[in-house]
Amino acid sequence: MKFIPESSPQRVPCYRVLDENGRIILNSDFIPVSEKLAVRMYEQMATLQVMDHIFYEAQRQGRISFFITSLGEEAINIASAAALAPDDVVLPQYREPGVLLWRGFTLQEFANQCFGNRADHGKGRQMPIHYGSKQHNYFTVSSPIATQLPQAAGVGYSLKMEKKNACAVTFIGDGGTSEGDFHAGLNFAAVMEAPVVFICRNNGWAISTHISEQFRSDGIVVKGQAYGIRSIRVDGNDALAVYSAVRSAREMAVAEQRPVLIEAMTYRVGHHSTSDDSTKYRTADEIQYWKMSRNPVNRFKKWVEDNGWWSEDDESKIRSNARKQLLQAIQAAEKWDKPPLAELFNDVYDVKTKNLEEQELGLKDLVEKQPQDYPPGFHI
Amino acid sequence: MSAIIQGTGAATALTTLNSKKLVARSRTSLPGVDAGRRKRCIVAAGSDASKSFGSSSLLTLRHSHKLFANAVATKADTSATTTGHELLLFEALQEGLEEEMDRDPHVCVMGEDVGHYGGSYKVTKGLADKFGDLRVLDTPICENAFTGMGIGAAMTGLRPVIEGMNMGFLLLAFNQISNNCGMLHYTSGGQFTIPVVIRGPGGVGRQLGAEHSQRLESYFQSIPGIQMVACSTPYNAKGLMKAAIRSENPVILFEHVLLYNLKEKIPDEEYICNLEEAEMVRPGEHITILTYSRMRYHVMQAAKTLVNKGYDPEVIDIRSLKPFDLYTIGNSVKKTHRVLIVEECMRTGGIGASLTAAINENFHDYLDAPVMCLSSQDVPTPYAGTLEEWTVVQPAQIVTAVEQLCQ
Repeated sequence: MKFIPESSPQRVPCYRVLDENGRIILNSDFIPVSEKLAVRMYEQMATLQVMDHIFYEAQRQGRISFFITSLGEEAINIASAAALAPDDVVLPQYREPGVLLWRGFTLQEFANQCFGNRADHGKGRQMPIHYGSKQHNYFTVSSPIATQLPQAAGVGYSLKMEKKNACAVTFIGDGGTSEGDFHAGLNFAAVMEAPVVFICRNNGWAISTHISEQFRSDGIVVKGQAYGIRSIRVDGNDALAVYSAVRSAREMAVAEQRPVLIEAMTYRVGHHSTSDDSTKYRTADEIQYWKMSRNPVNRFKKWVEDNGWWSEDDESKIRSNARKQLLQAIQAAEKWDKPPLAELFNDVYDVKTKNLEEQELGLKDLVEKQPQDYPPGFHI
Repeated sequence: MSAIIQGTGAATALTTLNSKKLVARSRTSLPGVDAGRRKRCIVAAGSDASKSFGSSSLLTLRHSHKLFANAVATKADTSATTTGHELLLFEALQEGLEEEMDRDPHVCVMGEDVGHYGGSYKVTKGLADKFGDLRVLDTPICENAFTGMGIGAAMTGLRPVIEGMNMGFLLLAFNQISNNCGMLHYTSGGQFTIPVVIRGPGGVGRQLGAEHSQRLESYFQSIPGIQMVACSTPYNAKGLMKAAIRSENPVILFEHVLLYNLKEKIPDEEYICNLEEAEMVRPGEHITILTYSRMRYHVMQAAKTLVNKGYDPEVIDIRSLKPFDLYTIGNSVKKTHRVLIVEECMRTGGIGASLTAAINENFHDYLDAPVMCLSSQDVPTPYAGTLEEWTVVQPAQIVTAVEQLCQ
């Protein structure tokens, strides 16, 4: 009689390509990245950083109501996006705007969603950062944690049925893996043999809950085998490692019609959201350490610079351009009208039901009778 | 024979009634067929009172011992077409599902034991053999997972029909149904549609215990973005199944555990039912009785007694639980001025409660008496047969209520 121990003596090793100084570790195997791709990746990582800072400040200034940054997780965001094909369907949690950025969502479009104005693709119906774009194969963010995981199994199933050369890619945090839907999604994807890549951003914190209080296993990667899913642990702050891992996982998922689990180790540099002050539960030193010495953007920058593909000039240009565009986008988004009342009752169903029509008429009546009680521009 | 003659006789009188008042809006039904169906409906309904099909009752219920042998509005086909085929309600559901799967390759089925087992109530029998086990998918046991899966698949272009083995289990899927199914079309600004059908048996059965005797329509009715319909006859089961599958909105189709073995003759030609329309079961003048699903049969049983006592109840099977067909209901209230709602939901927070509010709000001026609502007791359904029987509304109570309202 032998009990399987609760943990292995060794933790699952972490796949890595670049060391902390941005140098390729001897004998690493990785998928080479061209200059063009590398430069684009870096530019987007830098843009994402600037975007996060500026929108965060905008929230602090009261211009938008809420914001979530992905500071510290730029490599996961951009490198994973770079490794996917445009037809791959992405089901985000909420800390992956970089994937949408990579796919072509403009800074103006991000701003529009955050301000919930008329031009927002979501028609002002969701909180800030709940982006969604059918055109970019990026499912609309839904706040409840982990609901996207079984949905990803469904997307994988759909792609499998239609025999498409594409996979579903879905993201979850370390905290989200405690949800029942994590178990559900992984188990189903495995049983259905669906082409789904599950990417867990293990960033150490779920609001104030540290991973030591979230699970007792060796992170998330060990859970894959429990479902019969091939898994890998990767250094999430190493853009090249993330790129290679996601690219390989994607190929496996599509070619072999199976799910794959990637645990990307990283650190949540920012607060959980603008409603959180993380210094309440972690030391400022810890945050500084990860922000400065373990910064994924700097690390990748060093590698790109060492290859002679990037200069300080390029750096200041990209950052100031991004900043300028963002400020303009915010100014414009702020000025544009909010969606009209006429949009309040649309899209609940494909066609409004009678009771919704009545409710709309009732509201219209009210607004017409007492326009002084309603904000200006609140027209039907 | 006599039944048919009576039927035709009734038809002439009733068709006039029909053309004047019951011109409902049909958004999705095939025009010609729908009109034909309504007429047939009325013909059958009007002549039910004295019809007796004796031993070849069109209504056969599992375990039925004292309830309604013949009181249901049967669709005796008195029109020229005497074709049509007889089948049981679960077979009608299966037929509708199969036809839609033939028609559109995007339609798929997922749920527990729906594949080779054919479904716990045999609604998906034979489908896995015909369409393969990817299109008729057996899932592991996790309602939230397969509902979520259906939603994800729907957002990518498929049209899943999600089966809950028992509606009660779908409480586990409430998160996906409320937060995603109902909301994502709206929150995505209309970019993503979720044309799923979520279906399964619910309601109080025969001693199935509290957890298997739930009425989920109560809990789901507030969720914006979903539609809810309840089938009650083989005819409307097939029609609603087809309509639900074709709808671009998420639809929850409530079936009832005790109605799966109802037998009826349905048309051979294709038809679908309107999701938002109520069904006129028996026109009348004295009182409007609104009901749905299994309670329809208790009402029709009571109607027999009431007719013998000289009352003329109008019975409407509301069918569409969200949104209510206030058009049909309103026309009826304006005619009879008295309303009795008979439902299987519990007194607190059920469909009846919402319907009472809606009628009071919209048709207050037409009411000669307060709206009365007969519901199940606010108790978990007990196992003991005698106890279980009295948690739900029985025909005797319906008769008493009508007598009271019509004083």
